[in-house]
Amino acid sequence: MEPTQTNDPEYYHKVVDCQYACPAHTPVPEYIRLIAAGKYTEAYMVNWESNVFPGILGRTCDRPCEPACRRGRIEEEPVAICRLKRVAADNKSDVTDLMPIIPSVKNGKRIALIGGGPASLTVARDLAPLGYSIDLYDNQNKAGGMMRSQIPSFRLPDSVLDEEVGYVLNMGIETHFNTYVNSLKEITDKKYDAVFIGTGAPKGKDLSDLPGRKDASANVHIGIEWLASVAFEHTNKIGKKVIVLGGGNTAMDCCRTSRRLGGDQVKVVVRSPFSEMRASEWEKEDALHEDIPIIDCHVPQSFVVTNGKLVGMNFDKVHAVYDDNGKRKLVSTNEAPVFIEADDVLIAIGQENTFPWIEKDLGLAFDEYGMPVVDKNTFQSTNEKIFFGGDAALGPKNVITAVAQGHQAAISIDLFCNQQSLTERPSPYVNLVSQKMGIHEWSYDSDVVTDNRYIVPQVNKEIALKDRKVEVELGFDGLHGYKEAKRCLNCDVQTVFTENKCIECDACVDICPTACISFTFNEDDENTLRNKLQVPALNLSQDLLISAPLPTQRVMVKDEDVCLHCGLCAERCPTSAWDMQKFFYTTSKAGNQCQ
Amino acid sequence: MTYIKPKFRHPSLPKNDLGYTKTVYEGSLSTLCAGCGHDSISAAIVQSCYELALEPHRIAKLSGIGCSSKTPAYFLSQSHGFNSVHGRMPSVATGASLANKDLIYFGVSGDGDTASIGMGQFVHVVRRNLNMVYVVMNNGCYGLTKGQDSATADEGSKSKAGSVNLFNAIDLPSLALELGASFVAQSFSGDKAQLIPLIKAAIKHPGFALINVISPCVTFNNNPGSTKAYDYVREHLDATSTVDFIPLQEEISVAYEAGSTKNIELHDGSSLQLNKLATNWNPEDRMSAMTAMQQAKLDGEILTGLIFIEPETTDLHAMIKTSDTPLNTMDESQLCPGSQALEALNEEFR
Repeated sequence: MEPTQTNDPEYYHKVVDCQYACPAHTPVPEYIRLIAAGKYTEAYMVNWESNVFPGILGRTCDRPCEPACRRGRIEEEPVAICRLKRVAADNKSDVTDLMPIIPSVKNGKRIALIGGGPASLTVARDLAPLGYSIDLYDNQNKAGGMMRSQIPSFRLPDSVLDEEVGYVLNMGIETHFNTYVNSLKEITDKKYDAVFIGTGAPKGKDLSDLPGRKDASANVHIGIEWLASVAFEHTNKIGKKVIVLGGGNTAMDCCRTSRRLGGDQVKVVVRSPFSEMRASEWEKEDALHEDIPIIDCHVPQSFVVTNGKLVGMNFDKVHAVYDDNGKRKLVSTNEAPVFIEADDVLIAIGQENTFPWIEKDLGLAFDEYGMPVVDKNTFQSTNEKIFFGGDAALGPKNVITAVAQGHQAAISIDLFCNQQSLTERPSPYVNLVSQKMGIHEWSYDSDVVTDNRYIVPQVNKEIALKDRKVEVELGFDGLHGYKEAKRCLNCDVQTVFTENKCIECDACVDICPTACISFTFNEDDENTLRNKLQVPALNLSQDLLISAPLPTQRVMVKDEDVCLHCGLCAERCPTSAWDMQKFFYTTSKAGNQCQ
Repeated sequence: MTYIKPKFRHPSLPKNDLGYTKTVYEGSLSTLCAGCGHDSISAAIVQSCYELALEPHRIAKLSGIGCSSKTPAYFLSQSHGFNSVHGRMPSVATGASLANKDLIYFGVSGDGDTASIGMGQFVHVVRRNLNMVYVVMNNGCYGLTKGQDSATADEGSKSKAGSVNLFNAIDLPSLALELGASFVAQSFSGDKAQLIPLIKAAIKHPGFALINVISPCVTFNNNPGSTKAYDYVREHLDATSTVDFIPLQEEISVAYEAGSTKNIELHDGSSLQLNKLATNWNPEDRMSAMTAMQQAKLDGEILTGLIFIEPETTDLHAMIKTSDTPLNTMDESQLCPGSQALEALNEEFR
């Protein structure tokens, strides 16, 4: 096989599993090291540059980084990356002075943002420092979008949300709250240079065809609408017996909110088997911890209404059957319908996009599912002045994806306003620097601790269930934040190999605790090579680092899979053919391109 | 200072017949210089014992003094160990073997420990054919005292400071052959493919087995002009054969050109399959082995691989007809049968 091209930044980027998995590519190990060093403000700013909402995401992120974490392949559990982010946010000092300076003289370009959620706020964050004049429209009285309306206060306190939304709005953003945009044309008529649509996926799915739905409507609520009305304090109680339909994170938020508004017999009922529910594992755990049973494999059959009042629902019991392609089918067990009592039912079975306010004659194409036709890289629509991002662009995902898309859309808008090609995306910023300080000395903590993942402490359940505004998770304290941070393997400190220095003494092979390194004769076929290494490299999602031929005509092959980045190969290398070099990678933001 | 070997190992490390991973055979983290050939040899010993599925508590590792003799700390930490006086490892090994013939004796020594201060001990342990493995980690210099030429440094070899060695080298394999050793091999620390099967065969050999391993000293003897530097050794290697160790009841899987292959059955039924590279050499003929060594010396080559083997050999215990029961398992009444037994014995000689 050909030698690995390590001068392509994506090779080393992929080795940093967490950062690579993060839609916004936040430099995770970098900020975790700062947390371990007690430099919370610096850690916060590394995050803020990349994901705009460290305090919010440190509580609510979907954490795609954690399943990717290398530590999870070496022991039971990954590093608690998400909750470490919160440690930085909770312990930082005042960051106002560290915010970008907003030019008082504007660049003359005007941008409209429709929707005040994470995608729009990211666009504002990226463009305001470049001198753009920005108008933000939102139908609520505060910005934040679904972060405010759908994420309950016991997971995300208003103070955290207000602070981080405030950092963006204080950049001189012209806000138009309580303004429902019911015509895109009205906006485009205002001659903006570009319009960004970040209106999310605001429509909760209903079960309109289910028998009894109409008669029961007084006590049947759409999950996301109900959560919003709780958040904006229009609703403050619910019946004692509550059924929540659905198995996603919204269902978990609905059931836990119900427990706090008077529901003492709250049940989640879901069609799919428990293990296949869409909700994150930790959210399911939190619901179970609050005494909410999750009843799986029950398909709603009808609402039961007696004397004009909802009394419960009937369900059909099913089991999952899989065909040869692994496709699931829910098959009825043909037992008698299961009746579950309820005073109120919350439907949290998914949400959809809806754009009734966009006129058909604006040059904006929609696909067969009613979604705008959007370029997946530039986020430009078929109307060159109109851009999409967040759930509104490619369908419902999560906050961190909305942020990543917002960054890309901001780059596109900036390129567009400067009459540059949108397809030539600015390169990432990368840096690779040796960490050697002396014999046995590296500028990072190279020792690998064996501590298991620390558990985030929670507030007493009795107290938590009394008030929906009491935050359940207390967050790591400084000591536990430090201990958890030490579990990070520093995957961004790369094992860099220089062929022409190698004398093939085998010292690295002998010392490597996880048998990652092999010197062997090359093979044309990757699979053959993978199988002849010291320990066969069977995790195909992890790359091999392959050297050019060495003097004995063998090659060095390193399997990246379970490398601990402990630096012992470099420490035992007599010629510094191995070196530990810190790889810093950040995606470009608007304004970084050559102009 | 973060020079600590992490506890984590590859989650899918293979296991040997005893169900042990290689980790069981590891030792402490080496404190030798980075890149030292000795560490490679330690790793080869770990790999060999792992592959042979030896029980660590059945092995005794013995050494003298020197860089080489530190290495038993870096492998087989669950085995018995004895770090003896400089050059006196053979005596300790002999004593230990006499007390308990059931253990596997693994001696590690260096060129100073063997060819200088320990020479007197070395030659006697060879001629007594003590059942042990004797590995010489041979770097041609005194690494612990900053790299002076040792007795195995080749004539004309240049030191790091530029001085040329004036004296003839002691060639340990030739000396052992002369003294009647029953297993003689030579290898290179940078060639584990050859070294590991040799160590395995040496462990299986029922008599004295010498493996002289050229092991470059990266700090003091890896300079241009040195005949024990990585580059020099690689350029002048001349292997007698490739070596495959075939455990008992395992089929021979590697096929070589007809006529070039020689199969040597070892005492316990396992075998060594050699693909001969050297001509006019027969590993079971002492004379041809000695000739091959001398010829290589004349040609300026380093002959590696198996040099000589006498698979059926009479070791010290057989020669002096010791008890089948190891002495250390006998109780006092057996070891000291009393004055009546002594009287009876003396009576025999009257």
